[in-house]
Amino acid sequence: MKYLAEYRDPDLARALIARIKATATRPWVLMEVCGGQTHTIVRQGIDELIADQVEMIHGPGCPVCVTPLEQIDRALAVASRPEVIFTSFGDMLRVPGSHTDLFQVRARGGDVRIVYSPLDAVDLARRHPGREVVFFAVGFETTAPANAMAVWRAHQLGLTNFSVLVSHVTVPPAISAILESPDNRVQGFLAAGHVCTVMGWEEYEPLAARYRVPIVVTGFEPVDILEGIAMAVSQLEAGRHEVENQYVRSVRRDGNRPAQELITRVFQIVDRQWRGVGTIPASGLGLRPAFTAFDAEVKFDLKGIQAVEPAACRAGDVLRGRLKPFDCPAFGRECTPEHPLGAPMVSTEGACAAYYNYGRARLPVVNSA
Amino acid sequence: MSDGAGLAGGLACPVPLGATAHVLLGHGSGGKLSAALLRERFLPRFGNPALAALGDAAVLDPPAGRLVVSTDTFVVSPLEFPGGNIGTLAVHGTLNDLAMMGATPFALATGFVLEEGLPFAVLDRVLDSMAAAAQAAGVPIVTGDTKVVERGKADGMFVNTTGLGVQHDDFRPAPDRARPGDAVLVSGPIGRHGMAVMAVREGLAFETTITSDTACLVPLVAALRAACGDGVRVLRDPTRGGVATVLNELAQASGVGIVLDEQALPVPGAVGAACAVLGLDPLYVANEGILVALVAAEHADAALRTLRQHPLGVAATRIGTVADGPRGLVQMRTTIGGRRIVDQLPGDQLPRIC
Repeated sequence: MKYLAEYRDPDLARALIARIKATATRPWVLMEVCGGQTHTIVRQGIDELIADQVEMIHGPGCPVCVTPLEQIDRALAVASRPEVIFTSFGDMLRVPGSHTDLFQVRARGGDVRIVYSPLDAVDLARRHPGREVVFFAVGFETTAPANAMAVWRAHQLGLTNFSVLVSHVTVPPAISAILESPDNRVQGFLAAGHVCTVMGWEEYEPLAARYRVPIVVTGFEPVDILEGIAMAVSQLEAGRHEVENQYVRSVRRDGNRPAQELITRVFQIVDRQWRGVGTIPASGLGLRPAFTAFDAEVKFDLKGIQAVEPAACRAGDVLRGRLKPFDCPAFGRECTPEHPLGAPMVSTEGACAAYYNYGRARLPVVNSA
Repeated sequence: MSDGAGLAGGLACPVPLGATAHVLLGHGSGGKLSAALLRERFLPRFGNPALAALGDAAVLDPPAGRLVVSTDTFVVSPLEFPGGNIGTLAVHGTLNDLAMMGATPFALATGFVLEEGLPFAVLDRVLDSMAAAAQAAGVPIVTGDTKVVERGKADGMFVNTTGLGVQHDDFRPAPDRARPGDAVLVSGPIGRHGMAVMAVREGLAFETTITSDTACLVPLVAALRAACGDGVRVLRDPTRGGVATVLNELAQASGVGIVLDEQALPVPGAVGAACAVLGLDPLYVANEGILVALVAAEHADAALRTLRQHPLGVAATRIGTVADGPRGLVQMRTTIGGRRIVDQLPGDQLPRIC
C-alpha cells in the first residue's frame, strides 16, 4: 500500500499539527463535508489533537444518513415483494425505516442482496429474467456516475426487469443551506475529495465568493485532512476565501467530464428531501423522463408511502453541525448502533456511529500535549 | 479425486452407488447407501482403530491431566477458498480452541450435515483435507456422524468438530488472567482468512492474492509453553470478529484495559488494500491461523523470539500492552498520535457506499 503509506506518515502528520498550532491565532470552526472524512478524523483522533485551534463540525456528507426515512420505507416495501431481488450497498441494510430494516425483511424471506457495484445488479437482472431487480441508488455525486451507467447499460440491453430507487443528493446546495442558516457557526469547509474528483471545484467558487468562506478540496487520509485543515486555517488567518485543492493526486478543476456527461444524460436536478434536514431545493438528482421505465417509484407505485421522523432523533441538528453527537439526549441511551434511532448511528460514515464506535464520550480525558 | 462409485481404495463395495456424482437423500437414510457412503468415503480417509470399530461411540483411554473439551460448527461459504476449505477449518479451528486453553489435543469427533446434490468431488476434497490436517496434528478422528438434508436446506455442507485434550497445572492460559503490564502479541499478519473468503464469495472485481491463513496452532503453543511456561497468561485465536473483538472480550474477562499501537499492527498490504476498497477494518476481520498471546512482561521478549523462530510465527509482533484501566476498554494510539476506542461491533462489518 505504498500509495497510502505516505498519507498516513506520522512525521508528516506531526509537522502539519505543529503548523496548524503555529498558524492559528484564535480558534476556528471548520466543517468537513464528507462522512469518510469524519470517519478518519474521529478514528485517528485528529479532532482531539487540534482541539484548541480548530473545532471540527461534522457535515452532512454521509449518503446513508441523509437518505430520507420515506425513501427507506419505500425500499423496505419493494424489497418485501416476492418477485423482487432488492440490491443495495452493504451499509444501507441496517438503516432503520419506520418499522423495520432490510436485514429483517431478508430474515422474513425478502430477497435482499449486497452488491459492490450497480452494474452487478444489472447483471443479476440479465441472469434472472423472471424476477424484478431493484437497485437502491443512493449517494452523492461520487456514486452517481456508476448508477447512471447502470441505468444506461440496462437501457442499452433492453432490460425491462431492472429499476432503481433513486435518492441522489448533491453537495453544493447543502453547503449553501448550512451557510444560509441563521445559527451557522461554520467558517470554512473541507470539501469532499471524491465528489470533486467527479465534479471538479468550479461550482464551489461562487459559494466561496458569495459567503466569503474558504473551501479546501480535501482527501481522506490523516495527512490529507491535516493538510486541508492547515490550508483552511491559513486562509482564515489571512482573511482569504478561495477554493483550494489539497487532493491534487485525484482532483482537477473541471473534474471528470465523461462522468459528468453520464450523470447529465440519465439524471436531472430535482428538489430532494434530506433526512432530518428537510427539502433543499435543487439539491438532488432524479431520473430524466426518458428513463421513467427504470424508476422503481413509478414501477411499483411507491410515491404514496410517506413517513414521519421519530421525535427523539436529532439527526438533522447533527447533520447541520448544530449538535455534537454525544450532546444528543438519546446518544448511547435509546440510540446505539444496535438500536439506532436515526441513520447517523448506523453507517460507519455517520457522525453518531463514529463517535460511539471510537468512544469519544467514554475516552478518559487527557490534556492535549 | 474421482467421483461416483468405485472409490473403495481396496475395500469391497456391496451396494453400487450407481452413476451418481452427488450426495442423494438416500445417503442419509441409515440404510445401505449410508453404509456405502461411510465405507467408501469416510473410513478410508479417517481410518483408525477407534473409528474402525464402528460402535455407537468411541472408547478411549485419555492421557493423564484435566480433560478439556471444545466444540465448533463450521458454515463457511464458499466451501473451498484460497488456502483451504471447510474441512481444514473444522480440524484447525477446534484443535486451536483446545490449544488456546493450554490443552494438548488427543482426539476429534465430527458431525456432517450434507445437502442433497453436493458433488462428491467437493466432499472428497474436504474429507482429504480433514484427514491430512488431523494426521499432521497427530490427532485421530475417533467418531463421526453424517446426515443428509434436502436440497436448499444447507449450504452444501455444515461440519461440526468436537475436540478432546488434556491440560496440566503448569500451563493454564485463561481469558481472565491478563494483568497490567502484560505484553499483547500476535503471532502473524492479521485479516487474511476473512478477506480471502470474502474475495471469493463476493466475486470482487479486483485481482487478489490473499490466501487464508488456516493453520493448526498446537505446535506454536507447545513452543511458547516450553519457552515461557505459565508466563503465557492468555491465549486466544482471533477468529470471528477478529483481533479487536477478542481483545475486548479479554479486557472484560480480566477487568483490565488494553492499549494498542496502530503502527505496530501487522496488516498485509493486500489485506489493507482490499479492506480500504470495501470500507472494512482489518482489526475485525477473521483469522484462522494466528494467535493473540498476553504474556507477563518479563517473558515478553522470550515469547516473541520463540514465536518468530517457528514457521507459523515468523511475523509475530508486539501490538500493545495491558493497562490497569479503564476496565474492559481497548484503546488505540493512532498512527498520527491520536487516540480512539476499539469497540466491539454490533453485527457484521458492512461494506460501505463510497
